[in-house]
Amino acid sequence: MTTTLAEGVVDASGAASAAWLLLALPALGAAVLLIGGRRTDKWGHLLGSGTVIAAFALAVVTFFGTDFAQQHNLHLWDWISVNQLVIDFGLRIDALSITFVLLITGVGSLIHIYSIGYMNHELRDRRRFFAYLNLFVSAMLLLVLGNSFVTLYFGWEGVGLASYLLIGWYQGKDFAATAAKKAFLMNRVGDVGLALAIFLMFKNFGSTQYTEVFAAVGDAPTGLIVAIGLLLLLGACGKSGQFPLQAWLPDAMAGPTPVSALIHAATMVTAGVYLIARSSPIYSLPQAADARLVVMIIGAVTILIGCVIGCAYDDFKKVLAYSTVSQIGYMILAVGLGPAGYAFGILHLITHGFFKAGLFLGAGSVMHAMNDEGDIRRLGGLWKKMPITFWTWTLGYLALIGFPFLSGFFSKDEIINAALGQEGPRGWIFGGVALLGAGLTAFYMTRLLILVFLGKARWTGLKSADGKDYHPHESPTTMTVPMIILAVGSVAGGFILSMVLPDFLVPAIGEVQETHGALSHTMVGILAVAISAIGAGIAYLIFGRSEQPVERPQRVTFAVRAARADLFGNHLNEALFARPGTWLTRALVYVDNRGVDGLVNGIAAGLGGSSGRLRRTQTGFVRSYALSMLGGSILVVAALLVVRFA
Amino acid sequence: MTSSSNSWLLAALLLLPLVGAAVVTGLRGNDRVAKLTALGFSLAEFALAIGAWIAYAPDGARIQQHFSFDWIPAFGVHISFGVDGIALVMIAVIGLLVPLVIGAGWAEKLPEGRTAGGFFALILLEQALTVGVFAATDVFLFYVLFEIMLIPMYFLIGSYGGARRQYAAVKFFLYSFLGGLIMLASVIALYVMSADELGGQGTFDWATLVQTVSDAPLSTQIWLFLGFFIAFAIKAPLVPLHTWLPDATAEAPIGVAVLLVGILDKVGTFGFLRYLLPLFPAASEALTPLVLVLAVAGVIYGSLLAVGQSDMKRFVAYVSIAHFGFIALGIFAFSSQAMTGSVTYMVNHSIATGMLILVIGMVIARGGSSRIADYGGMAKLTPLLAGTLLIAGLASLSLPGTSSFISEFLVLVGSYPNAPVYTIIATVGMVFAALYVLWLYQRIMQGPLRGAALVGATGGAAPATVEGGGGVAVATEPETKKILDLNSREKWVLAPLVLLIVGLGLYPKPVLATVQPSVDATMCAAGQTDPVQSAERQLQCP
Repeated sequence: MTTTLAEGVVDASGAASAAWLLLALPALGAAVLLIGGRRTDKWGHLLGSGTVIAAFALAVVTFFGTDFAQQHNLHLWDWISVNQLVIDFGLRIDALSITFVLLITGVGSLIHIYSIGYMNHELRDRRRFFAYLNLFVSAMLLLVLGNSFVTLYFGWEGVGLASYLLIGWYQGKDFAATAAKKAFLMNRVGDVGLALAIFLMFKNFGSTQYTEVFAAVGDAPTGLIVAIGLLLLLGACGKSGQFPLQAWLPDAMAGPTPVSALIHAATMVTAGVYLIARSSPIYSLPQAADARLVVMIIGAVTILIGCVIGCAYDDFKKVLAYSTVSQIGYMILAVGLGPAGYAFGILHLITHGFFKAGLFLGAGSVMHAMNDEGDIRRLGGLWKKMPITFWTWTLGYLALIGFPFLSGFFSKDEIINAALGQEGPRGWIFGGVALLGAGLTAFYMTRLLILVFLGKARWTGLKSADGKDYHPHESPTTMTVPMIILAVGSVAGGFILSMVLPDFLVPAIGEVQETHGALSHTMVGILAVAISAIGAGIAYLIFGRSEQPVERPQRVTFAVRAARADLFGNHLNEALFARPGTWLTRALVYVDNRGVDGLVNGIAAGLGGSSGRLRRTQTGFVRSYALSMLGGSILVVAALLVVRFA
Repeated sequence: MTSSSNSWLLAALLLLPLVGAAVVTGLRGNDRVAKLTALGFSLAEFALAIGAWIAYAPDGARIQQHFSFDWIPAFGVHISFGVDGIALVMIAVIGLLVPLVIGAGWAEKLPEGRTAGGFFALILLEQALTVGVFAATDVFLFYVLFEIMLIPMYFLIGSYGGARRQYAAVKFFLYSFLGGLIMLASVIALYVMSADELGGQGTFDWATLVQTVSDAPLSTQIWLFLGFFIAFAIKAPLVPLHTWLPDATAEAPIGVAVLLVGILDKVGTFGFLRYLLPLFPAASEALTPLVLVLAVAGVIYGSLLAVGQSDMKRFVAYVSIAHFGFIALGIFAFSSQAMTGSVTYMVNHSIATGMLILVIGMVIARGGSSRIADYGGMAKLTPLLAGTLLIAGLASLSLPGTSSFISEFLVLVGSYPNAPVYTIIATVGMVFAALYVLWLYQRIMQGPLRGAALVGATGGAAPATVEGGGGVAVATEPETKKILDLNSREKWVLAPLVLLIVGLGLYPKPVLATVQPSVDATMCAAGQTDPVQSAERQLQCP
């Protein structure tokens, strides 16, 4: 029995009505592992992986058993309801959310399995790790499945918590704790934007449910729509590491590598893209043109920031992190294009989820084998020692730089094409940035490939941070199998998905708007590949032909110094917020203790003479006063009661 | 004497802790028996509170379980009690917290010469008085209880507290007492006005007063409003009347701090709702900017000071000052969403901050210091304690999934339509909340083991050799301190709070449905309508 709630939205039935199990399974896993404590040490990792694999299986069943020509609404219970404000705890199962659910549970399953091997050095705490991963998967699924902006917000902050817990996994180390806190704080700055957007929706549309908000936005004035669009974008910037809130993501690499792969590459950081695609009924409005332009600018600026800094870092995972920053920049740019780009943003998100997760798992495999060494200047020549890692990583690398007919080729190419297709100078500017980014990406990724896997083994004779020799070895099967599966996805995924995904998504985010730029689609493809090849060639010329020093060169140009210092983003934060903030709180504490309090005490003292005398007399006075008042009150009450009832 | 159905429940709620206090006082000789007796009475009281909640019909009359008899007939003073949804949930929270406070204080080291019996008897006495304050429906009776309530608290802080307890207790007492005296002037004026209005005999009956004096001229209303407001703003400390709270919280024993911040302070915001808005609707509206400025100033000021604190207990006090800013904002933004948010904030703040104080007490009990700098990396020794501190902290920063999120979200989303600028500033407070909570957690629990309270300490958990399966004994050096994780008593104290935080975060309906009719009635009495209009589900006034 289906009832129509709005155009194209019906009550869930069949497989879709069991969608609540998708989040309930990992949530249950997390609860059992956290409450069960040490008792679950032996099998915690199996339960943790099992719940996510089961959720993936259920997602596949839902995918095949549901008609995605419609959007399905699943009401679970009344969550927050006060007069006009009615917020469901409910899910929306449609083409967009099921796409994300498959990505999250699919990549999530692989990374859970990988973690069994990766975390085997920490048997005592492994089940807590799996509890946090389960918590993350559950919150992420709520984020994409929720049927209102408030349930989205619930998942949004929930993944923030899981990310905080996992970045701070090595909490005995100060830098990990600080990185975790930084991530949560910068995310909260974005969350303020999302929260304010929700307040605006309630005030103007009387609801926060997708169905009702999207039905009401059509007639809204331009100012309101732009405001909502920009506030949602602020939220997206926080979660997705976009300019100006990108600085937390590289620091987040302090967490274990599976976490970087799952949360800080494949899934959570793409939530901003989801948010904008989900809000496509708002961003597609003609009133939202200015908001879309800002989204594009943010995406383009972030592409360049991520690429430039990625070229300069020597930390394996941080290069990949900045690569993620810039690749999400592509996705944000794509969804900023509006109906011309939503589907391609999502397409790139999925292909990126595969190859970037694979790249991170490869990095983890290397670090696992090299006593957690992440400095690429101390690696090199590892392809012989770790063949599976090397080949899977190389496939991911080729997919990322857009090697013809691998997955990144299809998705990035579509975005570049759509950007070039914008009218007037916009098309040239955004298309040009996207092309330049492709060249830079090929440059820094080739640099990584050469320094880590090719060339001479620079680690022979060196000792790791804990004073041991390096004995690189291939990783166990639980780690290599997920890497192989992801590599296969990186090779084949793009071709298949680019054929079916845009059409599949139509009921959720609308038809793809064809663009026709100055260059034909084929020309754009050739141009992109050529520019990537140039980037890769330059990297080979610089890094591939000569031996690289183990120590980082210090005599470098200003540009390299700036890139190594995150383009001074952290310095700016420090100077603008951290230091003034510290002084402000110190000054306020002083004022509160001496000023506000002192004023009150001073007045009291002034009335009663010296403060010492006052305190003495007060003490005696109040005590006896209080006692006599107590006695008096009891007597009065007693007397009155006696009189009354006598 | 008049009474309505089920009034015996409320009467029992008032009397049971009094009887308990008397019995426990008599058992002072035997600490263990005294403690068990106090716990028994507090649990029975909690069961009664649940019973009263079940018996309460949200859609029935505003004031239920009502009973009344004459006290001072010459002035129309009655001893009359009754509950509406707002008072009821607060009484239930008191019922919840007192047994937990008794459990947490089980092993409290009291100052020399003090007995556990005396301590717990005072707590039960305080419980009876606070139940009375929330349930009083006679304004004079409310005033009397409002003042008497200070006395057990004065002794709880002044006799059982920390090193500077005398100073803190006196400061607490003077602030609150003076505020109360100012309120007394307004209370008497209400009587005089009602006498004029009714011809001859005046009244202190709250419901009658609402009907007779609420249309007084604005200038009169403003003076009377201020009389009540100052008393309430001291109690629910609004900046700049807050400075007694950090001292009182820092010096009070942990359980007493829970009662102080969790319950006594709520009398202030309860007073806003029960007395200010219905009795002085015109003044409430005219003075809204004043209250909103103080509220938002409190959010930001309290947050910044919480960031800067070096003492854990003072930290909690400033966190609460920020939270009271949110509550005041929600009440004076005049929408049923924001006001319902404020009432649930009062409940959830008691639960979340109560838990935060209890956990901090457990940290202090282990390290023997309340200075944050004396700790570091403690999670390694006490992972469970660290987890509970984090949960309490996350509830304090209103993470979705905790009950506090429901209330903070309702306050903000409901305040935005009428007070957008204030709401935006308060929303920025969310970032500060994340900062003060996570920074506190980092300094105490994360990083390498350090700090004067912990250096040389070892954990009580299984030694690191567990992977080898061997039972190798850890060598104990002379300076080694053994710091153990939560014991089962502490787990029993914290578990109900964790359950409530998560449970009410996912399913807040029981609280929302109980308080909303009373909130609607308060909105109507204040002459306010909801800013966001809708065809259905609109606030209905009789």
